[in-house]
Amino acid sequence: MLSRTADSLYWTGRYIERADFLARILEATLRLAAIPTRGDGDAETVWASALASAGAPKALGRAPTEKSVREYLAFTPDNPSSISACITRARTNARSVRTALTIELWEALNGAWNGLAEQGQPTRRDDFVRFLEWVKTTTLAVEGATSRTMLRNDAYYFLRLGAAIERADNTARLLDVKYHLLLPEGERVGGQLDYFQWTTLLREVSALTAYRWVYRDSVKPWLVADLLVLNRQMPRSLASCQASIVRYLERLANDYGRRGPAQRLAAERMRAFDNSRIESIFQAGLHEYIQEFLAENGQLGMAIHDQYLS
Amino acid sequence: MRIRIDHSTTYAYDRAARFIIQTLRLTPRSSEAQTVRDWRIETNVDARLRRSEDAFGNIVHALYTEQPTQSLTVRVSGEVVTTDTAGVVPQDQETLSPLVFLRDTPLTQRDQLISVFASEFSAHPALERMHRLMAAIHGSVAFEVGVTTPTHTAAEVLALGRGVCQDHAHVFIACARQMGVPARYVSGHLLRSDRDDQDAAHAWAEAWIDDLGWVGFDPANGVCPTERYVRVATGLDYLGAAPVRGASYGGGGERLAVRLSVRDADMQQSQQQA
Amino acid sequence: MAFDEMSGYGGDVRDSYRGLARWLADAPEGLLQARSRQAELFFRRMGVTFAVYGEAESSERLIPFDVVPRIIGAAEWAGLEAGLIQRVNAINAFLGDVYGAQECLKAGIVPSELVLTNPHYAPEMQGRRPPRGVWVHIAGVDLVRTGEDGFFVLEDNCRTPSGVSYMLENREMMMRLFPDLFADYPVRPVETYADMLLASLRACAPEAAGNDPTIVVLTPGPFNSAYYEHSFLADKLGVELVEGPDLFVDDGKVFMRTTQGRQRVDVVYRRIDDDFLDPLTFRPDSALGVPGLMTAYQEGTVTLANAVGTGVADDKAVYTYMPDIIRFFTGEEPILKNVPTWRCREPEALKYVLANLGDLVVKEVGGSGGYGMLVGPASTKAEIEAFRKKLIADPGEFIAQPTLDLSTAPTLDKGELAGRHVDLRPFVLSSPDGVRVAPGGLTRVALKPGSLVVNSSQGGGTKDTWVLDV
Repeated sequence: MLSRTADSLYWTGRYIERADFLARILEATLRLAAIPTRGDGDAETVWASALASAGAPKALGRAPTEKSVREYLAFTPDNPSSISACITRARTNARSVRTALTIELWEALNGAWNGLAEQGQPTRRDDFVRFLEWVKTTTLAVEGATSRTMLRNDAYYFLRLGAAIERADNTARLLDVKYHLLLPEGERVGGQLDYFQWTTLLREVSALTAYRWVYRDSVKPWLVADLLVLNRQMPRSLASCQASIVRYLERLANDYGRRGPAQRLAAERMRAFDNSRIESIFQAGLHEYIQEFLAENGQLGMAIHDQYLS
Repeated sequence: MRIRIDHSTTYAYDRAARFIIQTLRLTPRSSEAQTVRDWRIETNVDARLRRSEDAFGNIVHALYTEQPTQSLTVRVSGEVVTTDTAGVVPQDQETLSPLVFLRDTPLTQRDQLISVFASEFSAHPALERMHRLMAAIHGSVAFEVGVTTPTHTAAEVLALGRGVCQDHAHVFIACARQMGVPARYVSGHLLRSDRDDQDAAHAWAEAWIDDLGWVGFDPANGVCPTERYVRVATGLDYLGAAPVRGASYGGGGERLAVRLSVRDADMQQSQQQA
Repeated sequence: MAFDEMSGYGGDVRDSYRGLARWLADAPEGLLQARSRQAELFFRRMGVTFAVYGEAESSERLIPFDVVPRIIGAAEWAGLEAGLIQRVNAINAFLGDVYGAQECLKAGIVPSELVLTNPHYAPEMQGRRPPRGVWVHIAGVDLVRTGEDGFFVLEDNCRTPSGVSYMLENREMMMRLFPDLFADYPVRPVETYADMLLASLRACAPEAAGNDPTIVVLTPGPFNSAYYEHSFLADKLGVELVEGPDLFVDDGKVFMRTTQGRQRVDVVYRRIDDDFLDPLTFRPDSALGVPGLMTAYQEGTVTLANAVGTGVADDKAVYTYMPDIIRFFTGEEPILKNVPTWRCREPEALKYVLANLGDLVVKEVGGSGGYGMLVGPASTKAEIEAFRKKLIADPGEFIAQPTLDLSTAPTLDKGELAGRHVDLRPFVLSSPDGVRVAPGGLTRVALKPGSLVVNSSQGGGTKDTWVLDV
């Protein structure tokens, strides 16, 4: 397979994953912003946190508003972290490698792009929420077409690798933002607001029910972290993403008959997960842990790039 | 005359280039007017060189590097024994019809200014016209380094009124073609009387004169080439005869440096003997 | 009155259309319209689009598809086929000669000046012979018709002719929309085109490539107007669709970058123009090409299809000499006629053209896609006068032709069938094994009533083209 084809597939996977994540972040933020606030600037913090979760904390300067953040994260065409840019780029990438996709997957991606124009850029909140619903349905359709129609060969693995790397990034940032930005100073960890924020976030990453199943407990920050960092059953957890990355890299290595730096790096990081416990992570500092994870995830992305995509 | 040439071109990169490919037109051909001796081509890193000849009759080397390269130097050196032909090029190696050299290229595109400038000479016979054209360009375009780049077109240079030998040659070529006279670009070396070390290789033009064939004109100096000139390559314009054209992969921050020395080998020898 | 493909000059339905006429008579009201809407939906869903020059990068349009086929009888086709084969053989021989011994220039068949000063003449190819001696691997020859036996060649496309994907997609669409119609009609298949092309390209690979040459399709990228076609062809051929940066040249050989390292490439079916192929030989600012590609080409390690420098054969000025070129190289009379053409470079012709601008079609010799041309009868006085100035300023750049009364074919317009002018572009493949014509082609139709401009960039549509077996 051409390196560029692999690269386009990888980025198609990443952009679709990112579009879905952005939709979820925006939904969660709309809910959080609806909580009665105690003082000035809380809404601002909530919307700033959405930007931070999307990996663009400084994009709008000092005082982000609901309107500006919504617009930026949903529609800005030149922001690589806007839903509309992600869908457009995913489709552009897919278009340049159409022959590597099944008709079903191409139609799902092309349909998403055609749908953008039909959806327009709703400003009313309820219309906007419907837009976000549409994004989630659409990305789910892409996901379904991928898993139901694509041959399990390198094309599929690169799509999945991109999605897994992106998803790991997103989960990590989401956690970091919740811990470091969202809870106003003076609010008690485990307090009413904290609780509401967590349940909202968990719901938005489709993890609230999962949490109850796994822990049979009320929502507690360290258990949430455990779920999103270490739990291998939770598809969005860092450990799960890492396991996916390892799995797809291994399949590539088997098909190609050659292992390289990307496989070695990925395996090494997986071992680190296997030996981790949430208590020790908290002791060393979750923020620091996540920052390190993000850096390593970036390195792994580069290794994949160097080995296959260039 | 015996002219000794030592010419090196260095491409340095801030970030090493994974791979470099270059097309080199650095090697002169022997003809009735010049005999090339002991010509060597060397590189400072491992590289493969493949020699061929292009349709314009130039000797071309394709260069391919073997490993990541921070800095690539190509050095050519050797001796050329020249004779004076009063600017007339011996007709022993022409593969292309002179008609081919009537076409415009982006660098020699004509405009109103070129056509007005060229129209002044239309009354004279061809050879006379070219001499007058050379003199006029020599008078109208002042030699000045640093005001133009290799992407300046003949029309831009004429409007600017300043440039280097490459620019003079382009203006000459554009005007000659405007008059219906085939003209081409020549890159080569000039043995200067005032200095051995030079900043860059030389360039001039040739025009096709019925009965004589290709005749050289050096509008930068206002003279026809003598035995002090070594022809290296010809083309429709600078790009066709450029000493080096290349591409690098993964290299960042490319910088070019040229070292050139053109010496009179007989003089040097007699000095050594003295 | 124009000749109609279905009813001639208004008489009985012509033989080849009889079955269609019967079928149409039986078809329930509104059926064609419904099928037409279905087709559009399907094309849009599949993304069968082209980009329009001068519009925003993202603009993608469908070429309108007309559901009524254009039908060519077996005997008619046999004549066309023989003419096309003869013509393309002559073009290949002409190119070999221009870049070789130049006998046809010496013999005065074509003025040397016209060829050697032609912007599409590639001096880089002088004295070279492409692998296996084939120059125009794929030609698209534009034909028009003015009467029962009146087929004319309007122009030859010898560089990177496009449109073949529409020939194939239109057929697929028709079989999907009207399966019953095909049951009654002995239509020759065009689906074999991909196999023919693949076999042809393989046969043109350099000798050293062995039995299983690696072929790629080289595209300028997704923003090119014909990108869909490039990706479609790569898919049908089962080969990689590459962009310039996917390829590189090392040691005089072409390679592509893959996830498993470099892989040697033997044949490049390139859909980018000569000027952009190699920044070390042609335009230095081209990011679409491959540095060093011409070096590899000149070493004979790779086949480029079409060869470099073929544009000199489809130039509109050279076109006017094509009948003489055919005679010179084949020793036969041309089977297909040229449209009578005035070369404005000749003073007598120019005089005539200037005096009759209102009745003529004047074209730039280097133009294509219907741009830069004057259709006298369809132009305003002001347009004609503006064009007159251009023509006087640079007569060598123009040729003129009579306004041909192009044949019409029944076409669906707002639910009614009406005659619309059509042309035909068959695709001709050359290899050492011979010249072959795909049985069909791209029929372009001017959708506006009375319009003669069929170019898709200017509001033209397409039809499926049926060549009958008997």
